[in-house]
Amino acid sequence: MRWVGRPLPRYEDPVLLQGHGRYSADLAQGARFLRFVRSPIARGRILTVNAPPETPMITAAALGDVKPICPRLDRPDCVAVAQPILASERVIYVGEPIAAVISDTAADAEDLAERVTVEINPETPVVTLDQALAPSAPLVHEAAAQNTLIDARFETAGVVVAFTSADQVVEFTFTSGRQAAMPLEARGAVAAFDTASGRVTLSASTQMPHLLRTGIADALGIAESELRVIAPEVGGGFGQKMALIPEYVAAVWAARHFACTVAWIEDRLENLTASFHARDQRLHLRGAFDADGRLLAIDADILCNVGAYSNFPATCGVEPLMALADMPGPYQLTEYRARARAIATNTCPMAPYRGVSRPVITAAMERLMDCAAARLGLDALEIRRRNLTAEFPHTSVTGVVHDPGSYREAMEAAAQVIDIAQFRTRQQTARSEGCWLGLGMSVFAERTGPGTPAFAARRMVMTPGFERVELVIDPSGFLEARIGSSPHGQGLKTTLAQLVADETGIAPRDIRVVAGDTDRTPYGWGTFASRSLVIAGGACKLAGTKLRERLQAVASQVLEAAASDIEINDGRAFVRGTDLSIEVRQLARAAYHQSHRFPAIAETGLSAVATYDPYGTFSNACHIAIVAADGATGQVTIERFVIVEDAGQLINPMIVEGQIHGGVAQGIANALYERVVYDDAGNPLTGSLSDYLVPTMAEIPKLEIQHLVTPTDASVTGAKGVGEGGTIGAPAAVLNAVSDALAPFGVGIFEMPITPQRVLHLLREAERKAQ
Amino acid sequence: MSEKQDVTFTVNGDKRTIRVEPRRSLADALREDCGLTGTHLGCEHGVCGACTVLVDDQPVRSCLMFAVQADGARVRTVEGLAAGGKLHPLQQAFWDHHGLQCGFCTPGFLMLAAGILERDPNIAEPELREALSANLCRCTGYQNILKSVLAAAFEMRR
Repeated sequence: MRWVGRPLPRYEDPVLLQGHGRYSADLAQGARFLRFVRSPIARGRILTVNAPPETPMITAAALGDVKPICPRLDRPDCVAVAQPILASERVIYVGEPIAAVISDTAADAEDLAERVTVEINPETPVVTLDQALAPSAPLVHEAAAQNTLIDARFETAGVVVAFTSADQVVEFTFTSGRQAAMPLEARGAVAAFDTASGRVTLSASTQMPHLLRTGIADALGIAESELRVIAPEVGGGFGQKMALIPEYVAAVWAARHFACTVAWIEDRLENLTASFHARDQRLHLRGAFDADGRLLAIDADILCNVGAYSNFPATCGVEPLMALADMPGPYQLTEYRARARAIATNTCPMAPYRGVSRPVITAAMERLMDCAAARLGLDALEIRRRNLTAEFPHTSVTGVVHDPGSYREAMEAAAQVIDIAQFRTRQQTARSEGCWLGLGMSVFAERTGPGTPAFAARRMVMTPGFERVELVIDPSGFLEARIGSSPHGQGLKTTLAQLVADETGIAPRDIRVVAGDTDRTPYGWGTFASRSLVIAGGACKLAGTKLRERLQAVASQVLEAAASDIEINDGRAFVRGTDLSIEVRQLARAAYHQSHRFPAIAETGLSAVATYDPYGTFSNACHIAIVAADGATGQVTIERFVIVEDAGQLINPMIVEGQIHGGVAQGIANALYERVVYDDAGNPLTGSLSDYLVPTMAEIPKLEIQHLVTPTDASVTGAKGVGEGGTIGAPAAVLNAVSDALAPFGVGIFEMPITPQRVLHLLREAERKAQ
Repeated sequence: MSEKQDVTFTVNGDKRTIRVEPRRSLADALREDCGLTGTHLGCEHGVCGACTVLVDDQPVRSCLMFAVQADGARVRTVEGLAAGGKLHPLQQAFWDHHGLQCGFCTPGFLMLAAGILERDPNIAEPELREALSANLCRCTGYQNILKSVLAAAFEMRR
């Protein structure tokens, strides 16, 4: 019986379906509540912070020598900036914490916070990239000249020649609006001080409990053993919850200071305006093509508005440096020049968000392909055929090694599913009736499961990558898998149980995966970068093999057969070719309670540990969207959306498709709906879900998915990550489709989100130009 | 704060009296005064629907209703869906069809769907889609939520 590859229902679900899941806010019974007093001003000097007498208020002065958050990159083109836990002298974005009050109920704490008055001498903020880069722009950080936190460059020798010799040069500026990851559960934590041990247990809505422990212990100057971090049920993260934040440091400090349990539960306004944002980028892109449509060179100027601070541990380099390294994607080209900058502004800081830069660079690259195809009279498929890599491993011009994938095959398959020829006929008819239909595609690589080599290349001082797994069989024969990763909705407890089951012969129902508790799991980096199934899954397989060998050793002695003749399946060990067998639970009893009989496992018992740290592996996919654009209202409706995805070996196809569904929905949101808006004074205007438009079931069409499976040895399980591909590829397909729909008006789309207002604006502009 | 008031209502069939400030939302009363934390708060301004419960069989945003308004009402929450150790057909369908990922929006979707299907067990797919668009989910792209509710509707009609 093989468990890998089956759409096993998730072990996580029964608890969640009955309302018994414990999310951070559910653990706050009996706690005292923190409420942060936040800056209402984007930039200015703090003059006074006053509260009515007797108000239990925490300010920077009370925190004393608590250290600021200061993530670092070991590169000369980068300026490190420190984020205070509570601002004391200056505020540099609306929402920045200045003080915290504490009370017995959340409502009372909110009332108290409203009675705190903060006097700030306001100064002119820089909100946009243009403002930040203006010659005499005020500086967000004194240390960062021209508000530039990172200024990274890459250039091959022949770029200039390639552009001179090009038949066609396609050039445009592409902008992406600022997005919020918007997990349904906002952030929050409960910090409980234990008088007996002096330790604090922090239950936080986080993707990275171990890193949180490190970061908080460092900030407070305490040993990590003083702190236990638990990630209980986490209601979505998408990158927003993979950072150390001032609020958690303050909560642990308060729990220790007041020797009590302290809760901070973020509200939606705080989450939308003062947690983290992403995707606020502008690219100036030039592509040089020869007469046959072959891409010779790219020249890219990448600007990322990263807000007021740098996030820990990923840093504000996460967007610009990802864009710099991955811009060429799966396309073969030999000449590349890029400059990627992280620009500080007086806005909410940026953090990784599902896809990290790639939704934007993929949209830009795929627009480039379509624009070049139009110039050269090629169709969208043909120009991609001529440029997509088909030889593996493919080392990109930036040195990124792509393991085997199916870039061309996925595209051809998607084209077949959607039937492009039939669509073109329908499009013609529709156009003659004043209906504007369009088809657009995207082909892309999704780097998944990057280990330390990938992050070391980015020169992160804290270099993520490995995952360690401990497998332990208890005396009753049940298996516990303790992982450093920290799933929050990905179904990892089910998929890892499937992997471990196939290695050990113990059925998934007898396997418990333990995650999200620094006291119970080996140090690990958490769940992000589509890494957990690849890396923690790989470690599970490696540890599972060792554990099976130990079970075989015990069984061989009990059954008096050669270890190599022992097979284990569904909780039973058999001697191959005989009817001799014994239950694993009996072996477990013997291994613990008659250990003297089994010297071969004296050192380990029935446990095994493995660490996996791969280079990383690339999933790939082709998305094709068909849209209808309404010329009168500007509304864009998606009629069909086809995805042909190659994630290697699927461990649980049901869960893989769920990841694609959710990813594509967030990509469609990026393309058509969601945008964080600031006014000129740096006030966020999208502080509610009535202003920040998250798509509903009415906006997300039926998603049609097909799978291809390209084997790879870049991942020991053969599985590639699949967490971000949907989000990476969907915007490009939608924007190309809208451009195709509006082609009769001479309108091309080089921005997202492409809202109805923007569609109408572009149509009017085109009309004016035509007159 | 103004004086606390008694609220008497039935929650999942049990009669309860709680004493709350008039400003207390029904969601907070369920979570904190009744200990039923299955009802989740996603926005507290009536858009996301994670806090949806049934009040006298109608789906209601419990973050937008005061607890005192529920005096005398019959309230049902996700904790009351399963009966006799058996999952409700909606819960079973969400499990079978992967209708949840992080699970935070799930109680709200289950109660919304329960309210919709109790009112119209034969609801057609386009109308169902429209009705379910009342709530937000960030993980599933809604694909398997729709599939799950359609499967549950089929099961409940049998």
